[in-house]
This record gives sequence, C-alpha cells and structure tokens, in this order.
Amino acid sequence: VGQYDRAGRAGGRALRHVRRRPVADLRRHAPGQHRPRRPDRAGGLSRARRHHLARHRPSRLAADRGAADGGHRLPLQRGILNYTLGDDLLPPLLVTFGLSIIIQNGLLELFTADSRKLNAGAIEIATIPVAQGLYIGVLPLLQFVLAVAVIAGLQLLFYRTALGRAFRATSDDQAVSRLMGLDTAHVFGLAMALSLAVVAVAGVLLAIRANFDPSIGPARLIFGFEAVIIGGLGSMWGTLAGGIILGVAQAVGSKIDPGWQLLAGHLVFLLILAVRPQGLFPKVQG
Amino acid sequence: MSGEKTVRVEHATAASRVGVAVLAVALIALAAAPAWTGRAELRLLSEVYAYLALASLWNLLAGYAGLVSVGQQAFVGLGAYLLFGLAMQVDLPPLWTIPLAGLIAAVVAVPVAWLIFRLRGAYFAIGTWVVAEVFRLGAAQVSALGGGSGISLPTDLVLSLASSRTMRELTLYWLALGLLVAILGAIFVLLRSRYGLALTAIRDNEPAARSNGVDAARIKLLVYVLTAAGTAMMGALIFLQKLRISPDTAFSVNDWTAFVIFIVVIGGIGRIEGPIVGTIVFFILRESFADLGALYLLILGVVAIAVMLLAPKGLWGPIADRLGWQLLPLARRVVLPPAPPAGAPPATPSSQS
Repeated sequence: VGQYDRAGRAGGRALRHVRRRPVADLRRHAPGQHRPRRPDRAGGLSRARRHHLARHRPSRLAADRGAADGGHRLPLQRGILNYTLGDDLLPPLLVTFGLSIIIQNGLLELFTADSRKLNAGAIEIATIPVAQGLYIGVLPLLQFVLAVAVIAGLQLLFYRTALGRAFRATSDDQAVSRLMGLDTAHVFGLAMALSLAVVAVAGVLLAIRANFDPSIGPARLIFGFEAVIIGGLGSMWGTLAGGIILGVAQAVGSKIDPGWQLLAGHLVFLLILAVRPQGLFPKVQG
Repeated sequence: MSGEKTVRVEHATAASRVGVAVLAVALIALAAAPAWTGRAELRLLSEVYAYLALASLWNLLAGYAGLVSVGQQAFVGLGAYLLFGLAMQVDLPPLWTIPLAGLIAAVVAVPVAWLIFRLRGAYFAIGTWVVAEVFRLGAAQVSALGGGSGISLPTDLVLSLASSRTMRELTLYWLALGLLVAILGAIFVLLRSRYGLALTAIRDNEPAARSNGVDAARIKLLVYVLTAAGTAMMGALIFLQKLRISPDTAFSVNDWTAFVIFIVVIGGIGRIEGPIVGTIVFFILRESFADLGALYLLILGVVAIAVMLLAPKGLWGPIADRLGWQLLPLARRVVLPPAPPAGAPPATPSSQS
C-alpha cells in the first residue's frame, strides 16, 4: 500500500503540471473564483455540494502546502491507519480499538488506576453574578465559549479553505478525489491530526472539570458520538446543538434521580434516532 | 425439466471429511473430560466453550451479515439478568430459564434492531454500544436484583441444580458443552440452508447479492435476532456458573465484546473455523501472560493490530485461501451431469441450493 501511495502521489504531481493550464482555461474561471469568498448561506447544502468538486482545484492545495512530504510526519494515520483504509469498516475499527486498549493499559502502567484531577486554581470556583441568586460559573462559561470558538474555527476551515474542500471531497469520494490529484493519504493524516488536536483540547477541559482515570475514555466517546448523530452528520453547528441537548437531558435526568443522569442522555439519543434518524441538521448522508 | 435432477450441489471435500472426523473425536473426548481432568480444568474448559459460542455468534453477525456490533454485551447481560430475575422473582427452575432467556432476548432484539438498523457502518457499531449502555444503566435501576451493586444467586436455587457439588459442576460443564454444540449446530444448519447461501453472498459482495434478489435487510434482521437469542442463552449460563451478577460485569464491553472481537479477528472473520482457531490462540495467550496484568492487555492489543495489518483475514484465512481447507462441509460446488449425448439439449444448472 505504501508503495502504491507513493507512486500515486508522484503521479498526481506529474499530472498537475500537465493539465494545470488547460483545466483552468476550459472552465473559464476568473482567477478570484477558485476560492469561494462568500459564505454558503443560501441553500447551504447545494452550494456546498457544488463547491465540492466542480470548483475544486486540488492543485491549489498541493501548491499551498508546498513540497511537504508527509511520509515521516503524522505517523499514526500514515504509519498505521492508512493501511486499513478501504470499503471494509472492520480494519480501522479494530486497529483503533487495539490502540485504545494499548493506550489505556499503557497509562495504567505509567500512572496507576488512581483517579486524578487537573487543578486550575481559583478560576474553578469563580462566578459572575447575573441576577439575584443566579450565578454563572466562569469555568463552564469559558469552556462553552471555547467550544463555540473551536466549532466556528472548524466550520470556517471546512467550508472556506482549500484544506476543508479537500476534506469534504475525500469524504465524498476517495477515488474521484485521487483522480483530481488529491493526495488522499495525506488528507487522512491531516484530518486525524486535526481531530486529535481538538480532542486533546476537550480532554484538558474535562480533566479540569471532573475526575479522570485511564479507563474514563470510552464513556466520553459515547457522548461525542451521540452529539454527532443528534446534530446530523457533517454539520458542525448541529453537533454543538446535539451536545447541548445531551447535556441538558443529563442535567434534567440527574435532578430526577442521580441514577438517571446518563440514562436520560442515552434515552434522548434513542428517541431522536427513532423520530429523526438523520439527525436535526444533516449535511451529508450516513 | 428432467435434466435438472442430475445437477447436484456438493458440500463435502476431503478436508471437511477429515475435519468432521476430528471434530467428532474431539467432542467425545471433551464430553468425557470429567474422567481425565480436574476441577480447575473443567472450569477453564467451560469458559472456553462460552467464548467459542459468543465468538461464533459474533462471527455470524459481523463476518457474514456485515453487522459489526460492539454491543453484544447487551444480550449477554440481558440473558444473565433474565436468569436471575426469573429464578429469584418468578421461582422458575434455573435451568428452565436459559431457553426462556433466549426467547425473551429474541423478542427484545426486534425493536432494538428497528431502532439501530437506521445507522450504518461505524455509527451502527457505536449505536449498539449505546443500547448496551442503556441496558446496563437500566439494570442498575432494578433494586429487586441488587441495583448497581449486584446480587448473588440464593443458595437454595443453587442447590436445586443437583444435590452434590460434583454433580452440580458436571451439570454445568455438560450444559456449557451442550449449549456450545447446539449453537454451533444451529449456525451450521443456517449456513447450509438457502439463508446461508444468501448470507455467504452478502459476505462476499452485498450489492451483488442484492442485485441477485437477496433480501439483505430481512436476512440481517433474522441473523440479528437469532444471534441475540444465542448470546442471551450463553450469557445466562455464564452467570449461572459465576453465581453472582452486577451490571458492570454482566454488561462489560471488555469481557463480552472486545475479547470476542479479538478472538474472531485473530482466527479469521467470515469463516466458521475462525472463532475456533481464535479461541485457542486467545486462551493460550491468556494462560501464558495473564500474570503480567496490564501488560497482558497491552500485548493483546499489539497482537490484534499486527494481525489486522499483516493478515486481515486472520490466521485461518490464508489456510482456507491457499489450501482450500474447510472443517465442516459448507462449500457449495455444482456437480454437472455427465456430458449429454450429441444432439440432446444441454442441461441447465438449476437454482437449487
């Protein structure tokens, strides 16, 4: 597979030189039009779709990242996970499952099974008075603002940049993206790097907010997945809405009975799956 | 057409004749195990049977029907809790509750399938996990069965299995072996039937199977429900041996799904022999490295990744591909009649299977 990717990338590079000018000429695009500058507000889906491949000029991406050769970078995706890509779901699922077992037990060996917490100092209990007897915690507010900022950043990245176009194109159709000259192996690597970076930010915030130990991950993973399904696949703001719905459901559940906190969240998820399986604001087909 | 009668479908090969003979000898030896091993080995063997049954059921689900579930612990736990509930609250004899647990699990699996079959691929996998979490958290709410801290099976129920300790152990051992043989037998019969032909077609290429008229959705539902029933019966039996249940052990994703997936993948997914090979490898690894604690699970993870990258079809895959071996007569080879005399219309291969 490695050989093939390398050959494919070299081929893509060669192809780029051959057809760069003719393609641009055929499409008769004004130079500024290659990058969509206006937001995809009107009929988001169809605009976004049209941008995907019709307007996409992959050589731009390749040029932007210069002569970057990711073979030695992004070792997780490029070294392991890219070997599991294909139509079959099992290999990536199982390899990541294996990795999670390795990391969990590695952490267990290094840090023991003790429950820990990150100490953020006085900010943890600081509050802003809003009204008589009503306060907003500074830390929860900060986390919410940060979450919105991260999602806004991702939204911009996905729908306004060449890299985002590359992500969406690769997600839509790997083979066609490769034919268009995209180095999909590298795109996967970048996507994994980006997602791990965002997850790490979330992990630090969770560690300040509550206790954690090496085996805490899977339970959090379920919440993330539920938020995505509730919000609808491919929609960043939908995911935020899904997260809020899940959080409110858990908070209400815990008011009824402490044992109902997690159960209420899961039941809301199943309820939405039953009445609206595509999620609230779907952008792509599952 | 009378010519169709002469077209036969042959299942057995030389390898499968040897395989069936080996299996028969092994079965007799295992049934007689109480005569040649001690108490601890019988317990270990019972556990091997439980994992082999769970792995074979998961293999049917994921390997043939393409339903990659990481939530089969939902049905292990459901079966176990049904055994405790029916035996303790309804006063049914514990052994009777095992088939009943299977039946109820099958009924429960239908609405669950209706819900989670809306999800595809990885989302389906995690959806099954959410269902298992709902079952776990729900079980923790049943205070009659110990709530979150669990409950033990009362002594008089345990004594009702058999009067002496030896007889109880033998009953549970033969029950585990019997249930394993029943589950493997059911899988074999299913795969030999026309549903099995459809399942094998779905395994090899789902769009092609559907374009040939296979009703994939119906067969997937059938497999999901049957697997749920088998898994629940095995779950009930496992916890009848453990005598104590708690939501965290009965719905453990590690014990009842991660290890099971590991076994199937190591052995070779999508083949009936895979889980057998995988179970043997898993227990050899466990018995040799379990003393290392967390390091043992680390080794397990590395082995799983290495097999997935180097031998995606597991250990049995290359053997089956290169040598064409099969343990059970499951292959289908059409045997054409002898060449018709010149001038006679050629016999058309029938759709008989």
